[in-house]
Amino acid sequence: MHVDIKTTSVVQVRETFSHVARHLGGDKPASRYQEASLNLQSTANFHYRPLWEPELELYDVRRTKIVMKDWYAFKDPRQYYYGTYTIARSRQQETMEKNLEFVDKRGLLRDLPQDTRNALIFALVPMRHLEWGANLNNCYVTAYGYGTVVTQATMFHGMDRLGLAQYLSRIGLLLDGNSGESLALAKTLWMENAAWQPLRKLMERLMVSSDWFELFVKQNLVLDGLIHPLVFRQFEPRVSSQNGPALSLLTEFMTTWFDESSRWVDATVKTAAAESPANAELLREWIAQSRAEVTEALRPYAAELLGDDANKALAAVESGFDARLAKLGMNATGTKS
Amino acid sequence: MPVTDAVFIAFQTNDDTRAIVDAIVEDNAQATVARMPAMVKIDAPGRLVVRRESIEERLGREFDLRELHLNLISLSGNIEESEDEFVLHWGK
Repeated sequence: MHVDIKTTSVVQVRETFSHVARHLGGDKPASRYQEASLNLQSTANFHYRPLWEPELELYDVRRTKIVMKDWYAFKDPRQYYYGTYTIARSRQQETMEKNLEFVDKRGLLRDLPQDTRNALIFALVPMRHLEWGANLNNCYVTAYGYGTVVTQATMFHGMDRLGLAQYLSRIGLLLDGNSGESLALAKTLWMENAAWQPLRKLMERLMVSSDWFELFVKQNLVLDGLIHPLVFRQFEPRVSSQNGPALSLLTEFMTTWFDESSRWVDATVKTAAAESPANAELLREWIAQSRAEVTEALRPYAAELLGDDANKALAAVESGFDARLAKLGMNATGTKS
Repeated sequence: MPVTDAVFIAFQTNDDTRAIVDAIVEDNAQATVARMPAMVKIDAPGRLVVRRESIEERLGREFDLRELHLNLISLSGNIEESEDEFVLHWGK
């Protein structure tokens, strides 16, 4: 007897959702990231204008001076949507928890000399307030920004900042033997210490920015692009070379996170600049203005952290930042300031 | 092309392999893609290269070429594997 095995194929009617297909320009297979991001921004039928800003719609492209034909041009090179983002971060969180436990069990920070512990508390723990500010700023961008590709990434970025603030607090707790004294001291430093005041002032001024894209650039590109390398690339290695690598274990997340999120920040700025010369000009202006302010504000802080080395470290940070701006094509007026 | 020179690689059709297939198509001008139910088969005359960098670009994350095997159905040819490239050929 002859048995004939036949295969039947069932072809799916559609490859993806219509709103994604409209954006892709046809019914093509779409990645999860695309399906979780494209054409999700509410664009119509808002009915009522916000009482607090009746000249604009609830979601409105006019909340920034940046003009884009397509707001979905801002792709996140990491392609984070809720699933991939939470999985990536939970893995990093596990590693960090192990590191924290390791340092705690052996008292690696607790048993450092008093002077060193004080220096670490001064440098790192008040920074949690700065990170909290960064969280708030990214929440602002998320709330008033336009286009899901931007706002979902800024929300994730905002959550990252809360995480950073918590890790900095945990470092404080490891330094003070879990008494919480370092946190109280850090609050006082943040509110009163002369070296921290310019940074606090800067952060408070950022908090009242109204243009969300301007805030994005000033916070995520300029401020972070200067202070993170200063603390985690200049200060931390110096501490570790004198006291062993305990601190490196605890700032591992900050360093990898900075590299990873910089890719996204850079891509966002690059996309906006490539859209039009007007955008590029605005961005240049914001970067130049904010860079001068941030460098000024960092000076007293860097001097406290690094003493005689401060100028050398700041110069290294600035040249790194220059290289980054050059890659973005944003260095023209940036270096003048 | 002589049949004996042809190499191929076949993957399951899913969200993970889409980026891999796109990368291979981009890197191998002579490759032809056959989309079958639940399988994508890529044929190429003589040589087929899978580049880590091209996949990473599309995936947005680091990619270890050994991850290919998670969704691999079959392949033909001699394999030359490094951290950056996974090459199929017949050594001719």
